[in-house]
Amino acid sequence: MRWPPAPWGRKGRVLPILVLAACSGPQSMLDPAGGQAARIGVMGWILLAGCAFVYAVVLLWLLWALARRHRWVEPGGVLPPQAGVERRLTNGLVAWVVGTVLILFAFVAASYAVDKSLTHLANREEVVVEVEGKQWWWTVRYPDDDPSRSITTANEIHLPVGVPVRVKLKAADVIHSLWIPNLHGKMDLIPGRDNELFLTADREGIFRGQCAEFCGLQHAHMALDVIVHSRAAFDAWKEAQLAPAPAPADEALARGQALFLTSACTMCHGIRGTPASASVAPDLTHLASRRSIAAGALPYNRGNLAGWIADPQRIKPGNHMPLVGVPPSDLQALVAYLDSLK
Amino acid sequence: MSSLSRNAVSLALLGVLLLAACEREERSYRGEPVGEVKPGAIVQGTLYAGAPSPPPPQRREYEGNAYHVSEGKRLFEWFNCSGCHAHGGGDIGPPLMDEVWIYGGELENIAATIVEGRPNGMPSFRNKIPDQQLWQIAAYVRSMQREVRKDVAPGRDDHMAVTPGEQNQPVTPPKPGGVASPSSEGRGP
Amino acid sequence: MGPRDGVSSSELRDGPSLGEEDTMRRLERTWGTPPGLWGWLTTVDHKRIGRRYIATGFVFFLVGGVLALLMRLQLAQPENTLVGPDRYNQLFSMHGTTMMFLFAVPIMEAMAVYLVPLMVGTRNIAFPRLNAFSYWVYLFGGVMIVVAFLMNTGPETGWFSYVPLAGPEYSPGKRTDFWAQMITFTEVAALAVAVEIIVTVFKMRAPGMGLNRVPLFVWSMLVTSFMVIFAMPAVMLASSFLIMDRLVSTQFFNPAEGGDPLLWQHLFWFFGHPEVYIIFLPALGMVSSIVAAMARRPVFGHVPMVLALVATAFLGFGLWVHHMFATGLPHLASGYFTAASMMIAIPSGIQIFCWIATLWDGRPQWTVPLLFVVGFVVIFVLGGLTGVMQASVPFDLQVHDSYFVVAHFHYVLIGGAVFPLFGAFYFWFPKITGRMLGERLGRWNFWLFFIGFNVAFFPMHLLGMMGMPRRVYTYPAELGWADLNLTATLGALLVAASVALFLVNVLVSLRAGRIAGPNPWNAGTLEWATASPPPSYNFAHIPVVEGLEPLWDKAGPLGMVHGLRVEEREVLLTTVLDAHPDLREPSPRSTIWPLLSALAVTVLFIGSIFTPWALVWGAVPLAVGLVGWFWPKRRHVPPEPVVES
Repeated sequence: MRWPPAPWGRKGRVLPILVLAACSGPQSMLDPAGGQAARIGVMGWILLAGCAFVYAVVLLWLLWALARRHRWVEPGGVLPPQAGVERRLTNGLVAWVVGTVLILFAFVAASYAVDKSLTHLANREEVVVEVEGKQWWWTVRYPDDDPSRSITTANEIHLPVGVPVRVKLKAADVIHSLWIPNLHGKMDLIPGRDNELFLTADREGIFRGQCAEFCGLQHAHMALDVIVHSRAAFDAWKEAQLAPAPAPADEALARGQALFLTSACTMCHGIRGTPASASVAPDLTHLASRRSIAAGALPYNRGNLAGWIADPQRIKPGNHMPLVGVPPSDLQALVAYLDSLK
Repeated sequence: MSSLSRNAVSLALLGVLLLAACEREERSYRGEPVGEVKPGAIVQGTLYAGAPSPPPPQRREYEGNAYHVSEGKRLFEWFNCSGCHAHGGGDIGPPLMDEVWIYGGELENIAATIVEGRPNGMPSFRNKIPDQQLWQIAAYVRSMQREVRKDVAPGRDDHMAVTPGEQNQPVTPPKPGGVASPSSEGRGP
Repeated sequence: MGPRDGVSSSELRDGPSLGEEDTMRRLERTWGTPPGLWGWLTTVDHKRIGRRYIATGFVFFLVGGVLALLMRLQLAQPENTLVGPDRYNQLFSMHGTTMMFLFAVPIMEAMAVYLVPLMVGTRNIAFPRLNAFSYWVYLFGGVMIVVAFLMNTGPETGWFSYVPLAGPEYSPGKRTDFWAQMITFTEVAALAVAVEIIVTVFKMRAPGMGLNRVPLFVWSMLVTSFMVIFAMPAVMLASSFLIMDRLVSTQFFNPAEGGDPLLWQHLFWFFGHPEVYIIFLPALGMVSSIVAAMARRPVFGHVPMVLALVATAFLGFGLWVHHMFATGLPHLASGYFTAASMMIAIPSGIQIFCWIATLWDGRPQWTVPLLFVVGFVVIFVLGGLTGVMQASVPFDLQVHDSYFVVAHFHYVLIGGAVFPLFGAFYFWFPKITGRMLGERLGRWNFWLFFIGFNVAFFPMHLLGMMGMPRRVYTYPAELGWADLNLTATLGALLVAASVALFLVNVLVSLRAGRIAGPNPWNAGTLEWATASPPPSYNFAHIPVVEGLEPLWDKAGPLGMVHGLRVEEREVLLTTVLDAHPDLREPSPRSTIWPLLSALAVTVLFIGSIFTPWALVWGAVPLAVGLVGWFWPKRRHVPPEPVVES
């Protein structure tokens, strides 16, 4: 299964020319695609409007104070405060404080209201996703009462449109933070704690999330793709993910599989349907159905996959995938096999 | 000693300390190509003929580097070394935190043991663990028995505390590797 | 040690019986610092220590700035490979650490060390030896972390070093230990200065300077010092926990053994948020001083201003959790902190109003210090407003840890602290050096800074909303962040050029600046009553204060008190509320012991990075140092009640 290229992939160079246009994108809070993000967006506009008003008032007051006709004073002289003016200024100060308090009250009330409406959206769930943050990638699980029907994948969350989703957040090592700006604000993944995030996507699309809490060397390359599709497409995707990896269809792929199973790959990666069952690195059972590799560092394609396996430390220095040193002849067979894992 | 030469000595000492610090803190992700690991000489006794040969360059690079040792600690768990050796205390595999070494306790001996495998249960990890990771694990194993500098050895980990961290292990007098045969320790099959 | 004329001369006192020339000559002999290196190492003169404190802080500002430039160059284009992730992480950790711990807090305290004794009209700061000790500890701690950084052992986990990333498992080696001990160094130094300032303000004010006549800068430093005393222990506790977790395997932050990573965040931010006000309140004091002098009238609303300072200090301790909204706290708790965080805007608003009102009613003199104050208002208010926006939990969940926050706190800290500080440099440079800073270069300095700053940081608001998280060493081209990042980098270069101009201005003005005279701005507070630069004894006679702006309130010369010894270092203590003369108190002479004690502390702290036994063995030289420091003097003059004033 292949997804169309991201709308931002091609327009990336053109968009920034128009700042406003640039604000919409696969990873922008200004382009909400879910109930939570939309409410927060409203909150943001309320705050922005209020603050812009206050800023304008302050600047006008400052401008007036600097540009008006001032009392005359000889050089080095001092202007004594005049009782009447002081009284007027004191009244102004009182009005100023009252105005500040009123605006802040409005802000607090609006903030509470939006917070409450977010709580109303919470605690409703039809789909549960477990996301575990690790240095520097994400495990994504769809648990099921029937263990054989639960799905484990990596760096990619699929959501059905219009359905409330509970995302359970865990950290395996250090603190991470899941931020999918188009859908919701961020929530930390903290070792020893269980956090939750409730999402409801309003429209289909492909979005991007990223770790927002500094988590070490490759914090910059700890992203994930969020794919929102129709309920039917989502169910189809789940069924596809449930299947074990396809058996090699021909000699070349069989050679690739043998290479995988006899090399260092199996020490960390698992592929369901083969003896490879390690789980400290992303599950590769359906690697070729994913949009990106190395937690969003590269778009998925054969060339990138080969480059990644050949030298992961050049693309993501310090990440936990070592330089294995696969000979070029073997690399092609290995990549061909992995590319068959749709 | 004149004050000048004393100053020179303390400056040199400072320089050595600084160099040690730089070596300790380097983060090297690729590792130098070190070629295939040869099975190290299994030292059977403490008697040597002639002067001991200089330690191989990997020793300084890996044993003196906190990042490598800490990566070794992570891989020790990831590759399930603990499954047999527990956290160094030994289970169905021999303990790694004591001074007893069946096949030699130098860095290259340990690396060779991992690559080659050993009779009675130690599998061979040839082609399964890339070179750099191999040296990292070996360096970590060395840290379990306090054979690496204290400022390089790992501290406690963020899980249930099995040991207080390699840097806080009780001091055992360092001995050259391989003082006892498996049978004499009663840990044979 | 100054020569003495005879036993009886120690009883000589200033007053009508002693000629003016003779008084000054004897005071200079008593209070002066011995010449040469020995004098330099042993001095306890608050002006000399304050000067080197300021200079050192500024050097760290330059270091932090260079680090920032390197970061901006790395981010100038997507997928840049100028610096790798390891180096970049050290760069931003060092940048934050240097700017917060080694520049912002120390330089504010340094300004106070120099100015507060002059502003309250006394001969030296309280506890002058502690002051010297504080400087040396700060210097050694700062040098330690810079040397560590140059040796690839710089901090790598950000200026707030969240565990477990900063814990023993995920930050191997000694990088984080150096960071944690740097905290201990700087906080010891900061606490020492805070104690000195509080005692100086409470007990050493000139007669007549009741609490209602204390200048706003002194008030702001007093409030700041109290904040330091309540906030800094939290971070020292946290950093000590951290180094214990790392060095002796305690489990404070390990959830598997009953610890909690959030404990670190609570302790750190209980310090970390007041820290912002610790940096910002002194700057407000500087603004008040500049505004009064440049508007040619006292600041409007003195009492509301003081109350606003105090209110800020109290509120500042009640909003640390707004740094932790995304950790999944209960809604009720975060709701409380939303309200508390917004409330802080009220006292800030009061102060902004009062300054503008002062300018409105006065007659603004368009000098460089005033330019910086106006720049401060324009930038700081914007930063404050984005702060109000982030007090709202839902909105904060989006912008937290994004470039929006980076923009916000640079607007607040550079706008709110660095602009006033530069204004203060221009304002008090003549007092400190006797020469004016150049106005022409100053205007260039200001405009480049103002424009460069906005070009550098305004785009970051947008970047944050477009999804760019902070602390990333690179970013993909497809997300459309490249142009705004390039703009920010260009702005950073403008700021760098501006700071370079400032340095040129300082160097040129030190040699060839216009001679200032005692009061070049015709300002009203006491520091302008003495020569520029002030003599070692500050004032030949302790002045008597009859109003808020003593030099404006009285046309003729200031009243003065007589009767302090001139052959012994002696200061006048006054009562806390009304500043009635109370006691004459001896003040220490130059001594090497603070330096030796600071060296012993340095050995202890650095040793404890490597072994807990350093605490035991390092205590021995420290004890020797302290015994030497406090060894009773034979010629001790006991404090005496004041007989006449």
